[in-house]
Amino acid sequence: MPNELPAPALMPTRPALRDPAWAARVFWALAGLALLWPAVVLTEFKPWVLLEPGALKPALNFVGAFIPPRMDAEFLGLLARETWRTVAMATAGLTLALLLAIPLSLLSVRVLSLSSLTGRMAMVPSVLRQGVRWLLLVLRSVPELVWALVFVRVVGLGPTSGVLAIALTYSGMLGKVYADIMESGDAHATTNLMRNGSGRLQAFFYGLLPQNAGELTSYTVYRWECAIRSSAVLGFVGAGGLGQLMDSSMKMFNGSEVASILLVFMALVWLADRMSAMLRKGLA
Amino acid sequence: MNHSAANDTYKLPPKLFDARCKACWLMLGVLILVVASFATLNLQWAQFWSWNAAQRMGRFLGELLHPQTSTVFVTKVLLATLETLAMSALGTLLAVLLGLALALPAARTHAQDPARWRGTTRLLLNALRSTPELVWAALLLIAAGLGPFAGTLALGLHTAGVLGRLFAEAIENAAPGPSFALRLRGVGEARVFLYATLPQVLPQLMSYTLYRWENNIRAAAVLGVVGAGGLGQMLAFHMGLFQMGETSTVLLAMLALVALVDALSYAVRGALSR
Repeated sequence: MPNELPAPALMPTRPALRDPAWAARVFWALAGLALLWPAVVLTEFKPWVLLEPGALKPALNFVGAFIPPRMDAEFLGLLARETWRTVAMATAGLTLALLLAIPLSLLSVRVLSLSSLTGRMAMVPSVLRQGVRWLLLVLRSVPELVWALVFVRVVGLGPTSGVLAIALTYSGMLGKVYADIMESGDAHATTNLMRNGSGRLQAFFYGLLPQNAGELTSYTVYRWECAIRSSAVLGFVGAGGLGQLMDSSMKMFNGSEVASILLVFMALVWLADRMSAMLRKGLA
Repeated sequence: MNHSAANDTYKLPPKLFDARCKACWLMLGVLILVVASFATLNLQWAQFWSWNAAQRMGRFLGELLHPQTSTVFVTKVLLATLETLAMSALGTLLAVLLGLALALPAARTHAQDPARWRGTTRLLLNALRSTPELVWAALLLIAAGLGPFAGTLALGLHTAGVLGRLFAEAIENAAPGPSFALRLRGVGEARVFLYATLPQVLPQLMSYTLYRWENNIRAAAVLGVVGAGGLGQMLAFHMGLFQMGETSTVLLAMLALVALVDALSYAVRGALSR
């Protein structure tokens, strides 16, 4: 609105120096501090604890032992085995998750409904689809670490519980996103097939799947990358892999072992990132 | 690679197997990876599907159906939930401060910017980011001791790596016009950032921060299993003592928290996009 501004000559000689939003700014700053205070108390946020000699000395000793990282052949062999186990846990877990997620997402996808071709979806299939969606929600809202804690109690220590934990959580995520991807695309081809008498599975294989295959694979590969990251962490509750190795090294305060594990861990995450980018490009 | 027939209208279908089909080789590689994974893990399916395990699982689930609902314990769980929320909020705040401090040297703001520290800070951000919260928490326990403080710092460090990189990208991608205009008039770098770049990227930074906060609430809930406070610590504690009633209450609180965050973020996103 430049036209409404008075000409420069008519401006007051001393413009107001006060910030017009001052009161609001002070209020929100104080409100933020008032909200922050309970958070600081609840989290026992005392940074000076870090500098107390009782805490500082062991921490410095531990970090000092990071250099040099442990590199002898025996430990490297162990490290290689656990790294492979981490990748294998992620891969096996994701495969099982796929086996669960594909049928569940097929059950919950609304595009593949025969009754909704002619008006509204019938009562029973609609309830069934909503039920499957709730099941997927429950599966994915329990974090994999919690599933792993549960399965370690039931099957004992080792990779089995890690694989099961990844399988359950990731089946929830995959199933939900698969259904969302398939519903968000153009449903024309699929509904056309079904209108002309093809079955739902046929409509899926010839209409829905080819249309969304690129997006579905890309999401699956991305989740594989995430699964590698989480399977490395699952070891902390006793589910095998790099995490378990790190947990035991850390309990013995062995800084040089922790340093090599951390390096391998970062390399693994980086490699998974590269691999997943390459696969997504190759399979798209 | 031309599969066309003599007449242009009728193309031959692609061959069923083509040695140059990249996707086929990738699929083969994935298949080999899957088979090798199952073969080398020696998974104890026999044990998992055994009658014994089924009984244990059944008993476990049965015990989970009776949550501990005494007022004292529920108050404790509520307090731990608040602690989890506080950990996530404070951790995210720390991450914003540290992430912004690292994003500034990690961003090349204009063409003449030497950005000497760009490579180093990006390496640091990558290191912060690729170490998961849980590993940070386990490392920090040595210095900060058991409790929510270690968890807060762990969330802060990991998230600083994530946010720092996103912030740096946002700052680099901001439209150069306003900052160029100020720089041309000899305004210092700090004020150029405050008056030209920051107002532009602030909404984006806010949305990244809120998104990471949502993630951090979920992460904070489980961080405790290594002893870093919040609901996770209670869960690991009671499950370790096989107190299934208490475990069940904590699990319910955890699920409720996650579901609440999901619903809120869904609602907020819906309101914002409308």
